[in-house]
Amino acid sequence: MRFVDEFRDPDLARATLAEIRKTVTRPWVLMEICGGQTHSIMRYGLEQLLPREVELVHGPGCPVCVTPLEQIDKALEIASRPEVIFASYGDMLRVPGSGMDLFSVRAAGGDVRVVYSPLDAVRLAQQHTDREVVFFAIGFETTAPANAMAVEHAKELGLENFSVLVSHARVPPAMHAILRSPDCRVQGFLAAGHVCAVMGYWEYRPVAEQYHVPIVVTGFEPIDILQGILMAVRQLEGGRAEVENAYPRAVVEGGNEPAQEMIDRVFMVCDRKWRGIGNIPSSGWCLRPEYARYDAELRFAVSGIAPQESELCLSGAILQGLKKPPDCPAFGRECTPEAPQGATMVSSEGACAAYYRYGLSERATASPQ
Amino acid sequence: MSQVKEPVTFEGAVCPVPVHLGDTIVLGHGSGGRLMRGLIEGLFLPELDNPVLRAGNDAGRVAVRDDVLLAISTDSHVVWPLFFPGGDIGRLAVCGTVNDVAMLGAEPLYLTASFILEEGLDTGVLHRVVQSMKRAAVEAGVEIIAGDTKVVEKGKADGLYITTAGVGRIYPGVDIGGHRAQPGDLMLLSGPIGDHGIAVLGARGELGFEAKLESDVAPLNHLVRAMLEASPGVHVLRDPTRGGVATALNEIARASGVGIVLEERAIPVRPAVQAACEMLGFDPLFVANEGKLLAAVAPEHAKATLEAMRAQPYGGNAVIIGEVTAEPLGRVLMKTVIGSHRVVDELSGELLPRIC
Repeated sequence: MRFVDEFRDPDLARATLAEIRKTVTRPWVLMEICGGQTHSIMRYGLEQLLPREVELVHGPGCPVCVTPLEQIDKALEIASRPEVIFASYGDMLRVPGSGMDLFSVRAAGGDVRVVYSPLDAVRLAQQHTDREVVFFAIGFETTAPANAMAVEHAKELGLENFSVLVSHARVPPAMHAILRSPDCRVQGFLAAGHVCAVMGYWEYRPVAEQYHVPIVVTGFEPIDILQGILMAVRQLEGGRAEVENAYPRAVVEGGNEPAQEMIDRVFMVCDRKWRGIGNIPSSGWCLRPEYARYDAELRFAVSGIAPQESELCLSGAILQGLKKPPDCPAFGRECTPEAPQGATMVSSEGACAAYYRYGLSERATASPQ
Repeated sequence: MSQVKEPVTFEGAVCPVPVHLGDTIVLGHGSGGRLMRGLIEGLFLPELDNPVLRAGNDAGRVAVRDDVLLAISTDSHVVWPLFFPGGDIGRLAVCGTVNDVAMLGAEPLYLTASFILEEGLDTGVLHRVVQSMKRAAVEAGVEIIAGDTKVVEKGKADGLYITTAGVGRIYPGVDIGGHRAQPGDLMLLSGPIGDHGIAVLGARGELGFEAKLESDVAPLNHLVRAMLEASPGVHVLRDPTRGGVATALNEIARASGVGIVLEERAIPVRPAVQAACEMLGFDPLFVANEGKLLAAVAPEHAKATLEAMRAQPYGGNAVIIGEVTAEPLGRVLMKTVIGSHRVVDELSGELLPRIC
């Protein structure tokens, strides 16, 4: 298939790996930001092919994983209401809240629907004017423009029965938080290509400078990731800490300006909590006051939320790259995709799910005695 | 062959992962994947346990006389929409059961069909479905010899559900089952994967783009007969329906206590299926097929089996996709296009509901 096969080409992979081996002289720890990259790394077994000196740790870029528990509990509460059609990306349905998940809400009679686009949720609101349609607007900078567009579109259509439960996150503040942690081992970043397609990479220059870390904008196919690793290792070996772009077929420095303008019109920067990590200043987006009528949290007075996190789950440390999934005593035992203790075991971008699904040795070591 | 072989159990060292039953039924319990296995192993098997059921094949293998072995199977069909490119619920209902029976190395002979109809259903729709069942039955060479009809109130069903059951006679001397894969066997696949799941998804308008693709729904019993006539080395046959090739291979690996290693580049996927999967984030290995089979075949018989498959209309694109190994026990691995290895897990929960 064109535009896919080229980036999974075995000869190119071998050549890039040989170049990485030739370049590397000492151990380096790189973090790939995005959970989509983590899955590619596991799915293509890239760690098996890399020289021992290059260690990959997995970053917090899994929107489903970092959505705070209280936000999921709010979603469960709203979705259970008889007047509500609750529309969500499929990944969110199995994320455990304090007691249940959206699948269970659906099984108990709640009207929970999977949509592939927030505009589908707007369409649901047009079709069902007697119901309240709530869209779970989660994600990083990647999904923010489409979610903003849905809100603008609902406003243009004069829809009174559409609202969004917002849980948006921004990558650069999370990188600051990771790099400031006293336990931080990360020496270089593979930045998330799709986030940069929207935002560009100008935001990363101050990060690279302040902490003296190389940041390479990286795509998602195996050749993209190997190329990102090679560029990061070259910088580290050369003592450089720059922002480079290994994903020029999708990313330009300024990003997608109309998309950024759309985000700006609808959302404003706010502090937010990351599940398992805690509060990170300026790391979120929430609706601007002029769009408050589309805020599901205001529309549905949700009370009595007392989030109860699983005591077994290490996802916080995993999302910061401090631990890897097999380090968790619950991994593959109490915690499986069917009985997840944390969101990292659920999402198609979660590190635990990637290790569980594709990992060779990890499950053997994690299996019960 | 005159005895029912003592089947290998699912559980034990080959399957370290606990399966989760849950308090309520969710759509994933019907996905064909690990959640459904949890339901079978946690609820159905403990209550209804017997050696035939425990063998975990799509059909039960029973001896009615020392020299007469039967394969018996049943299958419910709730696909939505009722008509989709390449097929409809009627053709699916006949082929699904014909194939389940055939996968034990049996010649399907007779089917029964039960209809659950929703009040308000257009009789013209029912007529078209039944005509399609007739065509599929003629193609497969089976007769539908008994049936039942129930009607439920509007809103209590979605148009039309069909349950078929089938019986077939296992070919003399043939012993095929999910537990019989042996290290060294080669894994054969009858053609490109994922057509049915993506075609049904397209018919629902859920792709957001058009895919020119037809379901592969087809009766595979003539293909099976041709394979068995050509070769005595067929150990396992399985049609990778819900849960796809990945789940079917995991079932075989577990039941046989073997490993399976696939070659990623050998697995045929049509460009339309590949494109839809790339856009939706699916892996074609998990997408349903309704007219494909997997076969574990002794290596010395693989060539003859493959040639026999390729001479059949539903096996024209048959290929070898991997081999059966001693290790890792109960797991499926894949050699990726770039030369590394990874695990191929079974389907976890729901991928796409109501595709068959």
